[in-house]
This record gives sequence, structure tokens and C-alpha cells, in this order.
Amino acid sequence: MTFLLSMRGIDKRFAGIPALSSASLEVGHGEVHALIGQNGAGKSTMIKILTGYYKRDAGEILFDGKPVDFSAPQDAQKAGISTIYQEINLVPYRSVTENICLGRERRRFGLLDWPAMHREAEALLARFNIKLDVRRPLMAYPTAVQQMVAIARAIGFEARLVIMDEPTSSLDEKEVEVLFNVIRQLKAAGVSVIFVSHKLDELYAVCDRITIMRDGRTVRMAGMSELSKLDLVTTMLGRELNQALHAGGKSHMEAGARDALLTVDRLAVGRKVRDVSFDVRPGEIVGLAGLLGSGRTESARVVFGADRAESGTVSLDKSNGSVTKPADAIGAGMGFLSEDRKLEGIIPEMSVRENLTLAIMPQLARRGIVDEARSREIVDRFIQRLGIRCSGPEQRIRELSGGNQQKVLLARWLCMNPRLLILDEPTRGIDVGAKAEILNLVRELAGQGLGVLMISSELEEIVEAASRIFVLRDGQTVAELKGEDVSEQAVMAAMAHGHDKPREQAHG
Amino acid sequence: MNNLNTLQLFRGIGRYGVLIALLLLILFGWLRYENFLGSFNVLTVLRYNSMFALVALGMCFVIITGGIDLSVGSTAALGSVVAAMLSPYGLVPGLLGGLLAGLVVGAINAFVITRLNILPFIATLATMLAASGCALLLAGNQSVSVSYDTAFIELGQGDVLGFPAPAWIALIAYLAGSVVLNFTSFGRTVLSIGGNEDATRLMGLPANRVKASVYMASGALAGLAGVILAAQFGAGQPIEGVGWELFAIASVVVGGTLLTGGVGSVGTTLVGVLLLGLIFNILNFENGLGWISLSAYWQSVIRGALLLVVVAVQAKLASRTEDAHP
Amino acid sequence: MADSATTHPATKDPAKGPALLSAHSLARHGAWIALALLILFNLAFTPNFATWQTLNVNLTQVCAIVIVAVGMTLVIATGGIDLSVGSLMAIAGSLAPLIFMGKILPLPYALGIALAFVVPVLVAGAFGWFNGWLITRLRIQPIIATLVLFIAGRGIAQVMTNGNLQPFKTPEFQFIGLGRVFGIPFQAVLMIVIVLAAAWMLRRTVFGRQILAVGGNERAARLAGIPVVSVKRKVYLISGLLSGIAGLIVIARNSAADANLVGLGMELDAIAAVAVGGTLLTGGRATVIGTLLGALIIQLVRYTLLANGVPDAAALVAKAAIIVLAVWLQRPSQG
Repeated sequence: MTFLLSMRGIDKRFAGIPALSSASLEVGHGEVHALIGQNGAGKSTMIKILTGYYKRDAGEILFDGKPVDFSAPQDAQKAGISTIYQEINLVPYRSVTENICLGRERRRFGLLDWPAMHREAEALLARFNIKLDVRRPLMAYPTAVQQMVAIARAIGFEARLVIMDEPTSSLDEKEVEVLFNVIRQLKAAGVSVIFVSHKLDELYAVCDRITIMRDGRTVRMAGMSELSKLDLVTTMLGRELNQALHAGGKSHMEAGARDALLTVDRLAVGRKVRDVSFDVRPGEIVGLAGLLGSGRTESARVVFGADRAESGTVSLDKSNGSVTKPADAIGAGMGFLSEDRKLEGIIPEMSVRENLTLAIMPQLARRGIVDEARSREIVDRFIQRLGIRCSGPEQRIRELSGGNQQKVLLARWLCMNPRLLILDEPTRGIDVGAKAEILNLVRELAGQGLGVLMISSELEEIVEAASRIFVLRDGQTVAELKGEDVSEQAVMAAMAHGHDKPREQAHG
Repeated sequence: MNNLNTLQLFRGIGRYGVLIALLLLILFGWLRYENFLGSFNVLTVLRYNSMFALVALGMCFVIITGGIDLSVGSTAALGSVVAAMLSPYGLVPGLLGGLLAGLVVGAINAFVITRLNILPFIATLATMLAASGCALLLAGNQSVSVSYDTAFIELGQGDVLGFPAPAWIALIAYLAGSVVLNFTSFGRTVLSIGGNEDATRLMGLPANRVKASVYMASGALAGLAGVILAAQFGAGQPIEGVGWELFAIASVVVGGTLLTGGVGSVGTTLVGVLLLGLIFNILNFENGLGWISLSAYWQSVIRGALLLVVVAVQAKLASRTEDAHP
Repeated sequence: MADSATTHPATKDPAKGPALLSAHSLARHGAWIALALLILFNLAFTPNFATWQTLNVNLTQVCAIVIVAVGMTLVIATGGIDLSVGSLMAIAGSLAPLIFMGKILPLPYALGIALAFVVPVLVAGAFGWFNGWLITRLRIQPIIATLVLFIAGRGIAQVMTNGNLQPFKTPEFQFIGLGRVFGIPFQAVLMIVIVLAAAWMLRRTVFGRQILAVGGNERAARLAGIPVVSVKRKVYLISGLLSGIAGLIVIARNSAADANLVGLGMELDAIAAVAVGGTLLTGGRATVIGTLLGALIIQLVRYTLLANGVPDAAALVAKAAIIVLAVWLQRPSQG
């Protein structure tokens, strides 16, 4: 079998840390190829190396049998490789025609030939049975149509390989169906597609073959039909089905007698959260599991008042106290460790001390003046207790390693003596040692009565830490696992099939 | 599709709202004052405002890319000084000299912004000071008389086919600007940069080169405005141009160009210039009537209020668009 | 699109260590070094430099700029900008004589003077608060929101006075601009007090921390419970109040209020001082003392050039070069 694209032995290091080691990817002619893996597995690095956004350290790329080495996305585009990014990279204010034709405009007497360009755009879209007024601005159309426009642009560049990075993340079911039709037509026309998605049903609906990546390596290439959903999930997460049960000897705190600290009922926000319910009791670590895009983070943000719910209720201590902004949540004794340390966590120009005491500043102050002595005392205590490695409390936080930054942010919430702590991917991007320290600390605090809601993509971590786990799938709570049922298999099974709590489901 | 309606409404306001406002103002003036639409008044207004129109045209392109150019006022002053000094050698040297002086300032802006990666706001603030300093140095702190022996003054005071020469220049510049924006890939890239600079780069368009050209064009147009300034008032004026940049920004915004970039139109910018210019004209007439004595100083207040209304409407619409795009 | 450097921040490259460090320390202490060099240069080459006279001349030139620039520093620290400061100075400066000359209401002399200090500053503050309201409520970019009052504000001042020059001779009022305390100009004392208060506020108080947090990472600040909206409104309010005070100083110094000229171009001088002083123009890092140094440097460069026979206009070019150089040197390393 000859491949349209074949990437072999790709190595890539960032600042000495391997992101890809000997990874490979092979895509046949006219094939829809699924590329999956957890966050940090290396799939986006792989794609960016293919399109010339990054330079590879080693390995070879053959496109249509010839070795290629693109130095910029434009070069890849010229060679026939087009990428459609997750957040659609078009210009919303400009017309559909411009978004399709910009970069290879038609000219007449040196000026743009709009009628010809409109005709061309219409013709391209007609290939997918889409008829729209190409003169209107792109933003006049729904996301799915914008996606089609992005694809039409790619085809207009005579693309032979189209890479779609989570194209369905903001589409509803109908729109997904339209997109799939387009993909099938591309396939019929001999164009190959690399399809990145975390929604398993979609992979099975449209893909021919699959490449699974984990920890920067390609761990499995297979025909889509040869692989069961459970196989797929276990391979992706790196857990073997027949591995011994983890949860066996774990002593679960019997928190059942206590009243719930936090109760979330039938929450809905936008497309990502459709029907999410869970609860947390004092002294308990509750896990919120699910694949990327299942609505975990979005639900947590609503609980903390960072976003608004469209429907459903969030009640703290049985009361529907209104948490409309983070300050309210903090006042009620909640802390929220965001998954995006850089964007929503650290204040880079500030010192460790200032970052650590940010949320308790009002309490630390007398008549608006920060009590430096008390602040220093608290900061010293937490630097010691959490083993934060820094040259001193006055060091700028941006100079710290990821793990130590994370500890500072954790301390930001711990120093206010919270009753409920929401941890969103608390161990992402930090080294093993720091990981263990953070998890131990969380457990210790839960032992003292703190309620913890923990979101994590790492199954091992969540199964070990949590005494109850709610599994989300496509924005819905599909399972609640507790006691004996808490195991990696059970979580994976729920992620794959959502069998535990059967709900109305359009299964395609 | 809420966002569609929003955009249409937005374009409607940009394209027609300001035009309707202008027509209403003209109607008001025509009904109220005797000589309002007399050729003298009309031609004077056009002659005077053509300088602002040129500056606003450059600003319009800069703002569409999402940038800003604060240096245009003092660049115009510099242009006027250079043009006045070269005026004894004839029309063409004066014209080219002023234009070139502006182009140099624009090129410095382009370099500092695209190469040194300094915010357009601060970069053009610095060149504003520098250009002003150069103008004062060249002129020796006083205005430079224009030579009346050559045809140079025709650029400001002359008429062609019964229409003021500077108005012709502005008109031609606007037509050219409109063609460039709408019918060349350069123009579409300008719009695309303002809409989404990253996407523009990923589409393989030369974003940096286009941005640099836009600042150079803005400088050159400001220089040209300076040439007209010198020719019109018979002197190169090193201290003129103060506040022109903000007047130009206001005209562009009132004309419906989005300040965050990505949406804009050359034609409505011209309407914006005329609208703001006419307010001054009408205040003059109002005082001439002597019924109420509205001081000319009200014009700044009215301009500010107008700007406020426009940006408030823009902001309202923008936030609605955001809601439609969660 | 994040590059690889942003995903692996702050891993110190030992090879680059010393070079970065020196560039860093140069940026950090650059303002002090520049000021010291300027003073040394002047001591060596400028005749009669080390005199009270020189000090007083230079101080009185910068007082109003520094006071306005302190407010500007706070605004810029939150990631904003305030173009309206000059116009607000004109409003305050035009209002004060109307009050103490009894043109609005005939008032007892002493009361008139007292109100002439208080009311104009409060009015300028109210306009400043309005700027903040536009920015937070209507979510208009600061540069445009404050452009509204930049244009309209001077008009309001001109309308109030009908554009007329208001000369006056009122020693009690003019104390703010001409008075002396122990031989030091009162305006300089006022400036020092304001600088120190603001510097202390920025470093020591909750509000100061909140300002820097909002400018440093607005999303993180919100998630940490900081009232972003009210912090922003307050800094624009402060900027307005300080502009009002500066307006009073300027008219007191001139013994006349001219709505056309008071505070003209002040926004540029203030921003230049802030930029040269080492405050990050994108927000999150600010130094009030640095702003004071920045204003002094710009003033001293001008003085040096003038004292050595260089025309004033050339000083403008020098100022432009200083601004670009300072911003370029202090730009945040890597993204």
C-alpha cells in the first residue's frame, strides 16, 4: 500500500524535554484518518511539524512519495496540505468570497475581479451542496457553515490532504452531519483527511483508520473497525484492561451521612454543558472525569461564578445562594485552581508573595493597608508546608518552574481556609515529584474536612484520589461511581459507552 | 441569526447613518441660513476640509489594520514647512518635497512598529514629537513664507474647472483609496489584518509588509495635507497640526470604521470629515445670525458628544455580537 | 498561536544568564543611571548648574507634569490610558477663577478661595470617573473613551470662559503655584507628597496590589476575587483628580487661566514620563518613583540642550528618541 503521507521516526524536543520521540503517522490516499491522544500526547506537535510551524529534530516526512520539509504553513498549503484549526482561522468581518479566495485572487486589468471570485466561491461551495450568499460577511453564518467555508478555502488551494483539528467541538448534531457529508465527498474525490477529535462516536462514524498517540509516541495504528471503543480508550490512556484493580484496598471515607456541601443539578451552559449533575460533601474528594470537551471545566467555572448558567441550579449548603462572580464564591469559602496556569492563574510580574496572598488580601489588610508582617508569616508557612522551591518570597513567579507555580496557586486558595476547593487539572505540566506532593496534600486536607472537586484527565490520579467519580460525556453526567465501583475500567467504560446511567441518546 | 442582523445594523449605521446625518445637517443649514448653499460657502468648506480629509484617509487605513497613527498632525506641519521652503523652485518640487517628508516619517513609524515591535500608539507618539521638532528646526521657530512667484500656491488657492484644487486632490485620493481598499489584494489584506492578524498570516498573506506600507501611506498623505496647508495659507506652519490626529481619528470613527480594526470604508470616512467640518461651519452661520450667541467653542463639545454617541453605539453592537458568539 | 517558549516559561538558560541579567538590570536601573549621567554631565559642562536657581527652575517645570503622570502611571498600570488629562486640567483651571472671582455666585472672599481649590478638582475627578464608566460599562477601549473628553473637555472649558483669558492676582489662591515652604516651592512639596503617597499606595495597600493584578492578568485577577470594574473606575477617578490639581497649579503659576492653553499636550508629556520611567505600557508593572525620574530626565535633557545652546525644537527630537529607546530597552523579554 502506498501512502499519501508518511511521517516516520519524528523526534522533537522543546527546551530539552522530548515532545515527540520516534512518532509516526501514515495516511493513505482518499482516507479519513483519525489522530487521537490525550493532551500532551503530541498530536498537535505532530501536525505543526507536518505543516512547517515547528522544525523537527529528526525523522522523515514523505508526501506523495517525495521527501518534503516545509518551513512555513504557507509552503505546506502550496504543496497541497491545508489545516483547518479548532478556532476557525478566518476573518469574520470579511465576505465569504474573500475568505475563500484571499491569497490567490483573480484579477482583471490589475484590479480584483469580484464577479469571477464570487462565481468561484459559489462553485466551490456548491460541491458540498451548500448555497449561500457569498457576498455576505462570514460572521453572518453559523459556525458549521464557517467550517465549510474553511474547507472550501482548503479545496480551492487544491488541497490533497486536509487536516481538521477538532472540527466538531462547536457544532451541534445536525451541523456535524453536514460536516460528515462533506468529508465523505472529499474522500470520494480522492482527498485525504486527518481528523482530530475526542468524540468517539464521531471517529467511528467517519474515519477509516486510526493512529493513537501517547507520551509523544505512536502507540497504535489500526483500521477503525478493528478497534473497539474500550480498546481505543484504554490504549489512549495507557491502561490495560486486565490490570489489577486499583481501588480494592482503599478505605473510603463514609461521608454519606453528611449533608452535601455543593449540589449541582441539571446544569446547562452553551453547547458544551447540557445536563450535568453532581454533588460534593465535606471531607470528600469527588472526581469529575471525562474526555476533553466533555464539559468538565465549563461546569466547574459556573460553580465558581466565572460563567453564568443557562439553566439548572448550583446550591451551596442547600441554599441557592447566588454566586454570580468569583468574589461571591470566594466569600462563600470556595477556591478554584484553573487549568490554565498562565492565562488564568499567575500574575507573571508579581512576586511569589503577592501571587500567594492575592485572594486573601482584603483579610490581610487593616484599613486597606496590607499587613506585611502577617503576609510574610503566611507566605513563609506555605512555602515550607508545600515545599515551594524559590529563591525567596520576593522572587517573581514567572521565574519559577511549572510545578512550583502550581504550588503557589494552590497555596493561594489554601491560605484562605476554604470549605470547597475546585481543582482543574491540578497536576498538568508538572513533574512527578511535585505531582505526588500536591495529591498528598489534597488528601490530607480532605481528611480535615475540606470538600474537593477534582477534574483530571489522568485516570490513575483521579481514581486514586477520589472516593466518588462523576463521569461526563458530551456535556452530560453519564455515571456516578462510588465505593467498590471506582476503578479505571469503570471510568473508561463510562467514557466510552456511558452505560451506567442510560439516558436518551442519539446513537449513530 | 442575531449576529447577522447586528452586523447589518452596524453597517447600516456606518454607511447610511452618517450620510443621513450629513444630509440632515445640510438641509438644516439650507433652510436656516441664506447663503449656506451658495457657491462661496460650499467651496470654502471644501477647500478648507480637504487637508483634514487627506489625513483622515491615511488614518482610516491605519485604523482598519487595528493600529493608530498619532504623528499625522506634526507630519503635516513638517510637510508644510518643507513644501514652503521648496516652493521657490516650482510646484512640483514643493509638492514632492512635502510628500517625501511625510513618507520618511511614515517609514520610521513602519520600522519602529513592525521591526522593533513597539506599540503603534507609543511609536507614533514619539515620531509626533520628532516630526514637530524637525519642523520647528527647519523653519527656525516661525512660519516660512511660500513663494508667490511659482505655481505652488495654486495647489491650495487655485481652482480647476471651477472647483478648488485641494478638493480635487482629496477627491482623487479618496477614489484611489477606495479602489485600493476594494479592488486590490493589498486592500483586502489591510481589512483582513484588522479582522484577524494571526489568520491573515496563516493564510499566507504578507501581513508585516502591508502594515508597514499602511503607515508609510499615512505619512505620505499627511505630508500632502501639509503641502496644501502651506499653499492655502501662503506659509509653512511648523506649529499647525496640533490635534489633527485626534480630529482624524474622530472622523474615521464617526464614519463607522471599527476601532478594533477589520471593518471600515473610505467613503464614509469622507462623510465623517465633512460632517465634523460642517458643524464648525454651521456654528459660524449661527453666530452670524446673531439670534443666539453660540460660541465657536461649542464645536469641540459637539464633536466630542458625536464621537461619544458613535462609539457607544459601536460598543453596544459589539457586545451584542459577542453574545451571539459564545 | 503560542510558540514553544510560552509553553515552557522561565526555564533559565545558563548560557544566556549573564547577558540577560545585565540587560535586565540596565532596564531596571536605567532611569537612575541616566539621571546620574545627566547630572554629572551638567556639573562638568553647564555653567552655574549647581545652584538653587537651577533646581527651582527645573522643579517648577516638571511639577504639573509629574502630578498628572502619577495618575497616568496608575491608569497605565491597569493596562489603560488616559488622553483626557490635559482637557481636564483646562476645565479645572478655567473653573477656579470663575469661582474665586465670584462670576458664578458672589461668595465671601475666603469661601471663594476655599471652594476654588475644592470644586474644580472634584469636577475634574467626576469627569475622570466618567472615563472609567465608559471603559468598564460600555467596554470602550480606553484610548477612544478618553479621546471623547480630550476633544469635548477643552471645548467645555472654552465655553465656560467664552475662550477669554482670565487674568487674576489672588495671592491666597496662587500660593499653590507660587508659594514657598521653607524656601522650597509649594508646588514641589505638593508633587513630592503626591509621588510618595502614590508610591506607598501602589506598594503597600490592597488597592495598589489590585491595580497591578488587574493590569498583570485581568482574568486571573477576576478569578482571585478582585473587583476589576471598581478598580478601573477608581484609577480613572484618581487620574481626573490629579489633573484637576495640576490645572490649578498651572493657572496659579501663570496668574491667568487660558482655556485654550492650560494642559495642552499634557497627555503626551505624562505618557512620555511614564514610559521613560520604566512602567510597562501594557500594564502590570508600574513605578511611581520611576515616573518621577522619567519626567526629571526628560526635563533635564531639555534643560541641558537649552543651556548648551541647542534650540528647543531639537530637544523634541531628543525626547522622541528617549521614548523609543526607553520602551525598546524595557520591552518584556520574550512574548
